[in-house]
Amino acid sequence: MRVFKDAGHLFRFAGLFLVAFLLFLLVRGRVVPKSFGEYGHYRGNAIRDIAALPVRFAGHQACATCHADVEEVKQKGKHAGVNCEACHGPLAKHTDDPGTLTPPKLDTAALCVRCHAASAARPRNFPQIAEDHFGGVACETCHQPHSPAVDAGGAQ
Amino acid sequence: MTISRRHLLIMLPAAAVAWKYVLAGTPESAPNYRKSEHWWSMLIDIPECIGCGNCVRACQAENDVPDGFFRTWVEMYHVSDENMVNPVVISPDGGKEGFPAVAKEDEGKYFFVPKLCNHCADSPCTQVCPVGATFITPDGVVLIDQTYCLGCAYCVQACPYGCRYIHPEKKVADKCTLCYHRITKGLTTACCESCPTGARQLADLKNPNDPIHEFLKTHSVQVLKPQLATGAKVFYNALDGSVR
Repeated sequence: MRVFKDAGHLFRFAGLFLVAFLLFLLVRGRVVPKSFGEYGHYRGNAIRDIAALPVRFAGHQACATCHADVEEVKQKGKHAGVNCEACHGPLAKHTDDPGTLTPPKLDTAALCVRCHAASAARPRNFPQIAEDHFGGVACETCHQPHSPAVDAGGAQ
Repeated sequence: MTISRRHLLIMLPAAAVAWKYVLAGTPESAPNYRKSEHWWSMLIDIPECIGCGNCVRACQAENDVPDGFFRTWVEMYHVSDENMVNPVVISPDGGKEGFPAVAKEDEGKYFFVPKLCNHCADSPCTQVCPVGATFITPDGVVLIDQTYCLGCAYCVQACPYGCRYIHPEKKVADKCTLCYHRITKGLTTACCESCPTGARQLADLKNPNDPIHEFLKTHSVQVLKPQLATGAKVFYNALDGSVR
């Protein structure tokens, strides 16, 4: 055909382009993870990887399962809404196997003031204690931390 | 269209059966987590925050956040008469160890503002990522695929809330995951778990029984920088106009 008489170089170029395109598809197929695009323009397995990370805070339900007695005391006092791990720290290791990790006893003199030290910046209706209130005596001498009102059982 | 008596009689029992299922409602607690059934958000009740820093410590313990970096932090605002527009904001070590006590005679108002990733529905940070390493999940959580991230920090600059940082050891972007590994297991986030006053509440906007719906109806709630239309999903109750 006369039209393609001098078009040999075009076909060679098109062939080269096709080979390069196929190579691109091959490489792309190899390097793009299978789950990419499962939910959108990202690796779907990334969601599962993040969801599989270990938990450090066991959650309030786990504590209450065994320590129902403490939970009962707590529910009657002002600290009813405070979860165990808010003061005792992350204890998933303890709930997984109570033998391996025993939560340390807390130093109430340092712990309580974290929330209750008097400061004008705190909400006005929130119970706050002035620095001279306790005179160096540990809070638990008078206040049972799980139910802190003095007349609600007081010292343990 | 008219319905004949014959057709009505045929349809009645079918309608009765259908109505029974409507009354029964959806089955309780599906055994498997379904992404399509959730749309996570958080509620922050500013008048309840006492600035104890429990959330910051809990977040660092739960997520191995390196020292000096924060996925959540607490700011203390001091708005005085002379400085209504540019208040004094402090956040010593992210508020991790609390804040210096404020004497009563100081002028102006003080309050605490806990901050974290807003898990925006139309987030600028996910839009600028050149490699598809950050994204919003079908259940509304903005996450980072750290095996894909190049560490280019475009997203760090794009976040209008300053919620992202480059991890000093991994050299990739890092941020709040809304404790995705916890909420998909039926737990609440570490910050909400350890908040003593309930100032932080995890909320599921797709769950009709979530107390957030009642709360949003009965309180003055705002998101941060609403003018940016990021679709932020961290709702602040009683947010002061000076908060940036």
